[in-house]
Amino acid sequence: MGEKIRVVHYLNQFFAQLGGEEKGGVGPGLKAGPVGPGHALERELGVDGQVVATIYCGDNYFAEHEEAAIEQLLGWISDAKADLLIAGPAFESGRYGVACGAICRAAQVQVRIPAVAGMNEDNPGAALYRKSVYIFNSGPTVARMAPVLGRMATLAIKIQRGAPLGKPEDEGYLSQGIKRNEFAVKPPAERAVDMLLAKLRGEAVQSEISSPQFTAARVAPPLGDLSSAVIAMVTDGGLVIEGNPENMEPGRPTRFTAIPVTGLERLDPGAFDVVHSGYDTTVANQDPNRLVPLDTMREFEKDGVIGGVYEVIHATGGAHAAVENAVRIGQSIAARLKAAGVQGVILTST
Amino acid sequence: MAQICTMIPVAKEVGSLRAIASGGIVSPTGNAELSAEKEREYRRELVRRALKILQEEV
Repeated sequence: MGEKIRVVHYLNQFFAQLGGEEKGGVGPGLKAGPVGPGHALERELGVDGQVVATIYCGDNYFAEHEEAAIEQLLGWISDAKADLLIAGPAFESGRYGVACGAICRAAQVQVRIPAVAGMNEDNPGAALYRKSVYIFNSGPTVARMAPVLGRMATLAIKIQRGAPLGKPEDEGYLSQGIKRNEFAVKPPAERAVDMLLAKLRGEAVQSEISSPQFTAARVAPPLGDLSSAVIAMVTDGGLVIEGNPENMEPGRPTRFTAIPVTGLERLDPGAFDVVHSGYDTTVANQDPNRLVPLDTMREFEKDGVIGGVYEVIHATGGAHAAVENAVRIGQSIAARLKAAGVQGVILTST
Repeated sequence: MAQICTMIPVAKEVGSLRAIASGGIVSPTGNAELSAEKEREYRRELVRRALKILQEEV
């Protein structure tokens, strides 16, 4: 079994037994050994570990001085020669949950020790840190403190010892969106039929894949006066400068290009290319205005239909884009256009 | 933002409500089957509709 794991436990002012909301402004503190729920945690660690120190901080203080609080707390974690940090559980307490996630991530990165936080899956700290920290789903109610600490201790010991972890739903932690290959006894067709039959019988069915989560974008208010508005053009159809000097990806995009069109009346096929792995680019290459309508927009600019054409076309190749990258690319382009005073956008998609 | 695209339901699903049907997957603002003059008119009409929908409540 080896030596006992040296555990440092993080608590807020309430669980560190300093007081309630009125003590939220209390700065970081340190106590030797377990405090409050730390006693139960130490029992659950059993022969595998001991709580060598408890560190705490008021929820408001942490939220208002995160950097300073983390620096102080990390110092104590290092001094305690900790092998493992356990934070919370914070259940539904939002500021406490965020603090648990933040201190765990900081300990992993800066002190280089594993860390486990506990909180309810709806806690804002879970959304912020579930991808970088193992977060045990404590459920909402503090009444379950004892069983939660038991399962958190088991999970934390496994992680600290580098033991293989089971699936999130079996171990109790929140999915980090990581896929691992595993061998299945039955081939996919049989598993699919089994699933269908189970569904028909009204039994619980767990899909083997999780579909990406889309958050719908907010729709902008209508544009007022078109004849004074600067309109930008954006495309996910893979427009690039002739020869693709920036080496833009034809698919699975991670970035976008900004193509200046000042002085151009149209997109000349000799000056531009279309690079995209998701469709046949022949006709767009013959006339790139079929992808981004610069020629028409210049005519409307001249006729006074619009105030002006924004002089940069932003483009990416949208084939098989990862949702995270697509969101980042879209938000970056939108931020640039907004900063440049653009009032409307035409997005062309293939 | 107005989006000229083929898969309108996909656009609307992610909140791009000002979406209008394009000239096709391979040429959103064109149609290689048309004569040059007809294609120009087609593009003008499409962009005009995109600009119009920018001014509308959705």
